[in-house]
Amino acid sequence: MIPRSHKRLVRVAIVGVPVLFAAIAILQMRIDAQTRAGAQEQQELMLRSGAMVKKMSLGYESLLADIYWTRAVQYWGAQLGVPHSHYGLLWPLLDITTTLDPHLIVAYRFGAIFLSEPNAGARRPDLAVELVKRGVQANPDDWHLKSDLGFLYYWYLHDYKDAAATYFAASKDPQGPSWLAFMAARISDTGGSIDTSRMIWTQIYNSTDNATTRKKAVEHLAELQATEDEHHLNALAEQYRRHFGHYPSSTRDLRDAGMIRGIPRDPAGFPYEFNTEGKSHLDPNSPIPTLDDLDNPKKQ
Amino acid sequence: MSAMPGVVAINTFREAVRDRVLYNLIFFALLMIGAAILVGQISVGIERIVIINLGLSAISLFGLVMAIFIGVGLVYKEMERRTLYSLLSKPVKRWEFIVGKYAGLLLTLAVNTAFMTLGLVAALLYVSHHFQRSDGSIFIAIYFILLELALVTAFALFFSCFSSPMLSTLFTIGFYIAGVFANDIRNFGELAHKPALGAVTRGLYYILPNFHNFNSIAAAAHGDAIPLSLVGQNTLYAVLYVAVTLLASSAVFSGRNLK
Amino acid sequence: MTSPAIEISGLTKDYPVGFWRKRMRRSLDNLTLQVEEGEIFGFLGPNGAGKTTTLKLLMGLIYPTSGTARVRGRSIDDVAMHREIGYLPEQPYFYDYLTARELLDYFARIFGFSAKERGERIARFLERVGLADAAGIQLRKFSKGMLQRVGIAQAILHDPRIVFLDEPMSGLDPLGRREVRDIILDLKREGRTVFFSTHILSDAEMLCDRVAVLLNGKLQGVGAPGDIVSMELHGMEILFELGDGQALPRRFADRATVTGRRCRIEVPEAELYPVIEELRRCEARILSVSALRPTLEDYFFGLVGREKTASHGVEVNAR
Ligand SMILES: Nc1ncnc2c1ncn2[C@@H]1O[C@H](COP(=O)(O)OP(=O)(O)O)[C@@H](O)[C@H]1O
Ligand SMILES: [Mg+2]
Repeated sequence: MIPRSHKRLVRVAIVGVPVLFAAIAILQMRIDAQTRAGAQEQQELMLRSGAMVKKMSLGYESLLADIYWTRAVQYWGAQLGVPHSHYGLLWPLLDITTTLDPHLIVAYRFGAIFLSEPNAGARRPDLAVELVKRGVQANPDDWHLKSDLGFLYYWYLHDYKDAAATYFAASKDPQGPSWLAFMAARISDTGGSIDTSRMIWTQIYNSTDNATTRKKAVEHLAELQATEDEHHLNALAEQYRRHFGHYPSSTRDLRDAGMIRGIPRDPAGFPYEFNTEGKSHLDPNSPIPTLDDLDNPKKQ
Repeated sequence: MSAMPGVVAINTFREAVRDRVLYNLIFFALLMIGAAILVGQISVGIERIVIINLGLSAISLFGLVMAIFIGVGLVYKEMERRTLYSLLSKPVKRWEFIVGKYAGLLLTLAVNTAFMTLGLVAALLYVSHHFQRSDGSIFIAIYFILLELALVTAFALFFSCFSSPMLSTLFTIGFYIAGVFANDIRNFGELAHKPALGAVTRGLYYILPNFHNFNSIAAAAHGDAIPLSLVGQNTLYAVLYVAVTLLASSAVFSGRNLK
Repeated sequence: MTSPAIEISGLTKDYPVGFWRKRMRRSLDNLTLQVEEGEIFGFLGPNGAGKTTTLKLLMGLIYPTSGTARVRGRSIDDVAMHREIGYLPEQPYFYDYLTARELLDYFARIFGFSAKERGERIARFLERVGLADAAGIQLRKFSKGMLQRVGIAQAILHDPRIVFLDEPMSGLDPLGRREVRDIILDLKREGRTVFFSTHILSDAEMLCDRVAVLLNGKLQGVGAPGDIVSMELHGMEILFELGDGQALPRRFADRATVTGRRCRIEVPEAELYPVIEELRRCEARILSVSALRPTLEDYFFGLVGREKTASHGVEVNAR
């Protein structure tokens, strides 16, 4: 026999609890709307020093490292949507993560990309190099990190001397694949040519099962292809002007003049376009990103 | 509303005082004194920030420990020791007992926090000899800590209506941690790009208490203004959440057979 | 008087037992009972009979599996009913950080008495239970007997119409038992109803207008104490001491128990005077003569015996 007072309360609770929770959710949405509009950099790190966090972690460093790594990824992901973000907490978060657990390889490898990427990251390849260097020191047997370091030098810093040296050092690793040595030689011969870049991204594509990395590699390969194509088209446009006295207004002009067969398209299938100075560029609707940095290897 | 919860609350407060719960203030005072003396010697220019950070963190931590460890025994102890027999044979409804116990502990926490606030103010005066206008944020931050304690106390009480103090402690701490990471739980779901997971984490986000709302220790330390609208919203949030928890507690407790 | 003071009908309580709490054990089985206004009602039964269970059900501390009960016409679901009753739990325990006065003050506040009234009442009731000198002592320093007295004080503090007492004499010395008996009789004189449980027959016999006997959760009978439990004399017991060089008369030899010079015999009531005469003749010194009555234990023992043969497998769980 359930007492009446209890039945009454249960009835009130069955109605009241969902209603109150709905009210709470609505209120939370309002609070969120306000804080998001208010301050973007509201995020705070109580402790910025990895060494300090390590001292305070009471033996749970590796678990804490995982938590900080998750926070770093989430922070990076959240900042992606913030225009002109400086990703100010990215470095401290990665610093704390790798100090807590120096063997968390993933934090070095992805952390370096988050730090270096100009469009989807902090544009700080210098910090990325520091991070991966630390990783190499803590994990001398891991050739991936050395290869990543070579890549950072090559791709983001255009430091081909250090890039070649690093790849060379990596190739000494007994576990390392043979292409590392080849890469070292190639970079020291040709520096940042598009062919070398293409080779690096192809290797990256082949040496990983990680879907994000593969997607990234495919994107970069498409970019490289597009840059190479644009490079050819620009040369043709110069030829065209010498012949006709003005730049072509579209690739159709080049075809009509018999200089090319068919309409060239970028890897995403969009035709290239020309500006009034005869410089080719991607269709504004093309999903392929343009990387200013590609100018550099192109000039080699 | 009846006067019963008030009568029960006063007795609960008296119990806490008699059990020497307020002795924790001695530790707080020692901490503040130590910090005030040391901070001037080890760092320059951020004495105020350090004292405020440390003071507010300690107020929050001391309060949490009290809220959880006393909260989980509030109902359980009276059932176990059978002190409830004589009380509930009086014209006291079970929900009145629940609300009274809750209010009693909240009163204890408020008094304790008030004393700690005095300690913090004294330490602050010692290191910087004056107040700034922006110090108002400190009091708002302390008010938010109290709201947070109000929530945690309600959870502890809820769990203690149907489980042992040991389990209740675990549940309450678990809930608190989940509430601290509520934002991260939602972000995690959103970043995973899986609609089902996203829906689950978003649901969790709104159901879990969001303790992020109440954390303005950093803002207070840097002298940032805390918008008044947030004060109102947080108050309402705490009131709603406490109401829902006490309602559930009363519903559970009113159906229980006492041991 | 329209409704009886207490009206219990079909009250049943099952407790879950075992680790998974799946099995149920019936602690109170279909109890139907009425207590009239102004009576002293004894609720008799050995340990584990279900007395405390019944009282807890009436107080709303536990809920019945089935059945209902009304107190002064109000359902026990109705908390307002509690204004008119007082309850002394079995082996009461109170907030031990309070003094006796503070505890009573706490409870008096619940009934909404003014400060002046509270002070006056508390003094009066502490006096009545013999604790006037201990008013300012924390309850953690109280003995079991003192706690029992505080318990009685809190049960009658607000002049309830019905007082429920669970084993009110337990833990008290003989003097304390007498004082409690006097309090119960006073309550009756003031026109209140007293419902108390006990496993001691003599308490019930001395005080009760009516008693109910409970065994293994089942009601065995209700009525005046003499009707329920036979109060007939079993006979007389004589204790005597033989003088120096005296021998025990041969006709007593087979029914006397002898320890040294002391002897004890049981004789039927009709033989009392002839036996005393004979003892006087052989110059024995008579130490005591007392009537032999069945104890409640004898009575319950008889009932248990009957139960056992009547229905097999009843669990008797003496705590
Ligand atoms: N909380 C409980 N859980 C399980 N069994 C109980 C509980 N309380 C009492 N019982 C059982 O119910 C029976 C009646 O107990 P009780 O009412 O305390 O008897 P009494 O007061 O007459 O000595 C006993 O067998 C006892 O073991
Ligand atoms: Mg009992």
